[in-house]
Amino acid sequence: MKTKKTVVPFALRSTVAALALTLGLGAAIPAQAQVSDGVVRIGVLTDMSGAYSDLAGPGAVIAANMAVEDFIARQKPGFKVEIVSADHQNKGDIASNKAREWFDRGQVDAVTELVSSTTALAVMKVAKEKNKIALITGAGSSRITNEDCNDVSVHWVYDTYATGNGTGKAVVKQGGKTWYFLTADYAFGQSLERDTTAVIEASGGKVLGSVRHPFPSTDLSSYLLKAQASGAQVIGLANAGADTINSIKQASEFGITPKQTLAGLLMFITDINSLGLKATQGMYLTEAFYWDMNPETRAWSKRFFARHKKMPTMVQAGLYSAITHYLEAVKAVNSDDTQKVMAQMKKAPINDFFARNGKIRDDGLMLHDMYLMQVKKPADSHYPWDYYNVRATIPAADAFQPLSQSRCPLVHK
Amino acid sequence: MTEIFGIPLLALAGQLLLGLVNGSFYALLSLGLAVIFGMLNIINFAHGAFYMMGAFAAWMLLDNFGIGYFGALVLAPILVGSVGVVVERLLLKRLYRLDHLYGLLLTFGLALILEGLFRNQFGVSGETYDVPEVLEGALNLGFMALPKYRVWVVGFSTLVCFSTWLIIEKTRLGAYLRAATENPQLTQAFGVNVPLMVMMTYGFGVGLAALAGVMAAPIFQVSPLMGSNLIIVVFAVVVIGGMGSILGAIVSGLALGVVEGLAKVYYPEASATVVFVIMAIVLILRPAGLFGREA
Repeated sequence: MKTKKTVVPFALRSTVAALALTLGLGAAIPAQAQVSDGVVRIGVLTDMSGAYSDLAGPGAVIAANMAVEDFIARQKPGFKVEIVSADHQNKGDIASNKAREWFDRGQVDAVTELVSSTTALAVMKVAKEKNKIALITGAGSSRITNEDCNDVSVHWVYDTYATGNGTGKAVVKQGGKTWYFLTADYAFGQSLERDTTAVIEASGGKVLGSVRHPFPSTDLSSYLLKAQASGAQVIGLANAGADTINSIKQASEFGITPKQTLAGLLMFITDINSLGLKATQGMYLTEAFYWDMNPETRAWSKRFFARHKKMPTMVQAGLYSAITHYLEAVKAVNSDDTQKVMAQMKKAPINDFFARNGKIRDDGLMLHDMYLMQVKKPADSHYPWDYYNVRATIPAADAFQPLSQSRCPLVHK
Repeated sequence: MTEIFGIPLLALAGQLLLGLVNGSFYALLSLGLAVIFGMLNIINFAHGAFYMMGAFAAWMLLDNFGIGYFGALVLAPILVGSVGVVVERLLLKRLYRLDHLYGLLLTFGLALILEGLFRNQFGVSGETYDVPEVLEGALNLGFMALPKYRVWVVGFSTLVCFSTWLIIEKTRLGAYLRAATENPQLTQAFGVNVPLMVMMTYGFGVGLAALAGVMAAPIFQVSPLMGSNLIIVVFAVVVIGGMGSILGAIVSGLALGVVEGLAKVYYPEASATVVFVIMAIVLILRPAGLFGREA
């Protein structure tokens, strides 16, 4: 390993020394690795028990630990790596307080996961203020890389633009020209509806109307009847989690499917697993990852399954990818300095089982291919978790919002 | 076609029917709460958790023992009801002399623990329970397709509700129960085993919640959070009907389901709050509830 010798100005040197002293670690800075306190700490801040704990949660913590173990075994770095985790309960204030505590007192270098956009947007601000890194895998709002973007955050897995775009385009192409939206009445549902409407109209489809339901709702049948009465070919579900699950279940109860098609605009493999193929067969959805795509995805997912007893969602797989890329960058620059690491992360391409030729753009978006999936018929599913046919690979350039449309101030500097 | 405020009459009729289906769940759940409160003076916050357990019991019976829907309709309330009996014996019994608040806190804590245990075991996405084969398919009413299963839910729950009301108000057993609430010492002196009756009443109330859970399983996803989503509305229903009033719980349960259905047609944004608005109005005009007796 080569270490570059640079002359450090006195002022900076004394600041570093003072900082080290206040941390009570005066003598602990190793000469070789310039990682502060010799440990790279990554905080996994996620929903451990609420609505999103299946798609992220404990499984995400497992994926994070796997990433660290694999990195250490492969690279044998000169620094230690530690994972800490906490439950943010999908609340922005809890998330930002925890992140602040970790950065201030826990010597955490990067916070990751952050499912649910509220928590992600809150923690991004704290990270910027403290000059630490935020790697966002679970949250979906396109605001993360637009209005609220900053230079210390990376959005790794998917956003509402990508999932709405992929599914919307595909369904219109298959002949689903007229749409009706069933929209969860809050920021996420509205932006999903807006993003998807744009795509549908651009591809020659037409939106006949929409109905907004309170979040959360258990009985969606009266909204479904409205959608049915609209006569639209496709009912777009601009909601998530339990609302989506109940919409699908009740649509089949009322005989709406298969006469009209449902399009889930944000669904995860755990949703399909819980609903079963009978209720979901034929649905299109857009994912960043599916465990059964190629030998690499299968190998990793089976290791994950051995620990978690469930196959990984794209969020959990993406978290492994994000942490690995981060640690590789720390090793490459031999420092945990935020700017240096971010520069290296943006410079190096991402090639692993999750992403091919992935690249982090200036707005913080990790650009990678997305996949259009169709849920299998029960008869075509031959083993557990055999749920999808991969219908198309959506190339990175088409999958995400073009940089030219970005509302991120960093892009137009 | 005839229209009322811009909504075709037939579409409106469809929505009202759906409201009635939801109303029968409210009625069944608030009935259990009313029985427990009326007889035991316990505000049973664990009711939602028992409802959830009923649904899970149905799912487990099918998944592990191949016992279908109708078997579960009998077995699940008995199983969950016995859990209720144990809870009453071990915990609630000690609280009867104390303020309402203690029972509320205990059952609220219990609900959190039960939901946490199920969440830990099954995750939040839940499990799917299919509609029983006999009740599959839909009736074509001309203006809408009404699933047979929903018709069954309305019919069966109305039957259960009114038989419960009959038992409590019109039979000798019901008379003992009411006497035991009114004056436990005196009733005991007449040779009625009051603690046993109280225990069985709690078990019965919990069993009703579990029954509602079994009936909900084919319609809603069976998930650990399904009870907490519903319980707050059900409490509002009980308050509107009058705390402890059996008939009040049944009638206001059905009526509020219909009102909620109307809100979903005319102004969906308000459908989650309309019940609480009505509750506030009722509390202002008739503090004891629509069917409650002034204390």
